[in-house]
Amino acid sequence: MQQVDTGRERAANDAFTTDQGGSAAIDVAHLVKVYKTTRAVDDISFRITRGSITGLLGGNGAGKTTTIAMIMGLVLPTSGTVHVLGAKIPEQRYDVLGRMNFESPYVDMPMRLTVRQNLTIFGRLYAVKHLRERIDRLAEDLDLKDFLDRANGKLSAGQKTRVALAKALINEPDLLLLDEPTASLDPDTADWVRQHLETYRKTHNATILLASHNMLEVERLCDRVIIMKRGKIEDDDSPERIMARYNRDTLEEVFLDVARGRVREGAPEGTS
Amino acid sequence: MSDIVSHPHSGISLQRINAMVLRYWYLLMSSWPRLLELVYWPALQIITWGFLQNYISQASGFFAKAGGTLIGAVILWDILFRGQLGFSISFLEEMWARNLGNLMMSPLKPIEFLLSLMIMSIIRLAIGVIPMTLMALFFFGFNFYAIGLPLIAFFCNLIFTSWSVGVFASGLVLRNGLGAESIVWTLMFAVMPLACIYYPVEVLPTWLQHVAWTLPPTYVFEGMRSLLIDHVFRADLMAWALVINAMLFAASFAIFLALLQSAKRNGSLLSGGE
Repeated sequence: MQQVDTGRERAANDAFTTDQGGSAAIDVAHLVKVYKTTRAVDDISFRITRGSITGLLGGNGAGKTTTIAMIMGLVLPTSGTVHVLGAKIPEQRYDVLGRMNFESPYVDMPMRLTVRQNLTIFGRLYAVKHLRERIDRLAEDLDLKDFLDRANGKLSAGQKTRVALAKALINEPDLLLLDEPTASLDPDTADWVRQHLETYRKTHNATILLASHNMLEVERLCDRVIIMKRGKIEDDDSPERIMARYNRDTLEEVFLDVARGRVREGAPEGTS
Repeated sequence: MSDIVSHPHSGISLQRINAMVLRYWYLLMSSWPRLLELVYWPALQIITWGFLQNYISQASGFFAKAGGTLIGAVILWDILFRGQLGFSISFLEEMWARNLGNLMMSPLKPIEFLLSLMIMSIIRLAIGVIPMTLMALFFFGFNFYAIGLPLIAFFCNLIFTSWSVGVFASGLVLRNGLGAESIVWTLMFAVMPLACIYYPVEVLPTWLQHVAWTLPPTYVFEGMRSLLIDHVFRADLMAWALVINAMLFAASFAIFLALLQSAKRNGSLLSGGE
């Protein structure tokens, strides 16, 4: 078993603490989404504290992307409520969209435009002040300088992912929603992106919710993990406590246990 | 909240509209086939119909008197058709680029998005139609701008109709994905026979004339013929067209918003595929 890092454990405890004055970055209550006859999301509830990093885990079709899309207001819930940064979604989403951003493999940046042009357009959409300096800073931080004036379509997959991350950070969001943020990246670049996300969270007290299949990434980055299966929350705790509960050394083993419906050893009643 | 963002995102923002226009401008300037396409088809149209006009005006006294009605009709039809395509193609560019999710997650509001598409339709129209009018003048001696002030009324009415059709078609694509793309290219042709572009409304059966008069372009093309043949500007026709256009535009915008809501219920905003 891994030693529990006390700093992370404290952050994880904070992530579960009920916020005073309703200041949770994300507050989801009894959320349901039904597509025709399929219950993509089935009565899930959770609150995410500001400044935390939470991982949303689950196999294909578990409901992660639909959940994130409902948090963003791109998909309307069948029932239940979502509050983001204090605003009710989707009714008040324009009050907070400027403080959020996202990255997803389901969307692309325009291919014919250069990286600089793309970042300029999104910077203007988000009303970023001193945009040129901001783009230069992102180019420095995310190592985009060599291809800043190259068309997005001519970049490698890893370069595109970094550009998408630059777009997601252009407005220095308080809330960052990431769907597979290190997909298509080589291990070195992926590690570097994770470091960047950790630093960003610390320096900006930003809240990050990320959906990922990369268990190592989730173990390393997240204070808290929400495991989804068939639209329901299967487990919700810090990575260390979840691994301890399943008596496993890695989240990947836990993930396989959950995906294959294996009985957990020592798991407290009512958590499955 | 981070202080790098300049102000709250309330109201309609010219900065966001400007950003979207810039996005399409960058795209146009980066692609010569896109620019060529804007000029190519209108040029072919004017040459074909210009020679036809020359031929039948030699053979018919009426057409000799009504000089320019065919060429005028071709140019006005192109304003209508290209105006809608200019609007819709800019919208489709977002679908083809899979960029719609990024835009929908940004503070860009639907009305700002639509306004930027309208501005782009005028820019694209200018790139395609101005050379067309110059060709009409150079090759066939038809000065489109000699129509004078009535041209403004014709143009405004046609561009409003083109935007209404563009907004409606874009809503359908938004809701149904790129599988509905063909509607963008063909919807305006449904208007063509009833708008009486090349012939007067009286040619239609009586019952169909009633249908034709529900379409704003019918008033414009009748107005054009009245001006070129009888040298009379029918302000009443333009006023009616404007009233119907206002209703049409309000209806298409409402339908677009309803289709956007439906797309959010259906979950098709993130996929946007077939």
